[in-house]
Amino acid sequence: MKLAAPHKSHSARAEQIILFRASSQVFAVSSASVQEVRSVDSLAGAAVEINEPSLAKVRHAIRRGDRNQYVVNAALHFDLRPMPAALIFMLRKSRVALLVDGIEKMTSMTRLQSLPGAFCHEERTWYRGLTVLDQNVIPVVNPAGFLTAEEISLLDAVTGSQALSELPGAASHGLSL
Amino acid sequence: MSWMEQSDTRSCVLLRLGERRFAVAAEHVGELAAPSRVFRFAHRTPEVDGVILRRGRVVPVCDIAEKLTGKKLVQRRFYLIATRRQEKSLDWIALPVSGDCELIQADLTPAGASDSPHVAGWLSHGGEVIEVLNLNALTPGPDGGSSANSGSVPPEARA
Repeated sequence: MKLAAPHKSHSARAEQIILFRASSQVFAVSSASVQEVRSVDSLAGAAVEINEPSLAKVRHAIRRGDRNQYVVNAALHFDLRPMPAALIFMLRKSRVALLVDGIEKMTSMTRLQSLPGAFCHEERTWYRGLTVLDQNVIPVVNPAGFLTAEEISLLDAVTGSQALSELPGAASHGLSL
Repeated sequence: MSWMEQSDTRSCVLLRLGERRFAVAAEHVGELAAPSRVFRFAHRTPEVDGVILRRGRVVPVCDIAEKLTGKKLVQRRFYLIATRRQEKSLDWIALPVSGDCELIQADLTPAGASDSPHVAGWLSHGGEVIEVLNLNALTPGPDGGSSANSGSVPPEARA
């Protein structure tokens, strides 16, 4: 399913969002930051496995053009119990794809409240803020908060070395990283 | 300097946490609210239980009882909605309390150098010496309250 960027003529104060579930908790992400939604099944054979113990939330990479897009398990990212994931959000202009349990619904928010100052740890990077929908408080994720630049560099190095080690005859030609 | 010269008459709100009473300067108290639904979402600030919705505002709930009395509150009768200044903004916080609160006028004695950071001062009421709380030191926040800020602050926006 390809998602078009939200139309500019929409109400200036409304933002289209996707409510999704990760480990039975509901989060929101701006639909403008999701380029494409794929089924996990569609990636069978297309994803490269990653085994980097320091980044357990990333187990796969998807080759997109000349770069990898790293699949972040949303439940593990938020320290939640992982559940069988069904969908992958390919994030727009990002090296991150997000593994989620499913989509709750698509809706719009008219107000994004900043995260209260009492929240003073990683959640300040995780979320853009909070929104209230139907008398429920929903955290709105920050698409840039899933992987740091350092983590992406590490993953690039890991996948680069994996690719080299899989080259036929690489060892005999003395290729190593 | 006599004790009377050091003290300062102030309005304070007395609150009960289990068996003990504490005070907060009245100027930092917004209202006393009945318990309402606590919304919880993933985060890494252990001092924050979740958030409540109050007059359209999202207010974090911080149970300060464990830090002050060593026990978590078994029964939450009310939320004392208080404010604290964080950097340049006013931050709201909901403190679960286990009994009625009382507005009093009392002579406040400033905290001494040997007092804990969470003590803003002392007052005497009904034969009891009561700690006046410094909420900035007692609750987590970017000013280095009870929890250090380890994350960068993303831009906040209104949709």
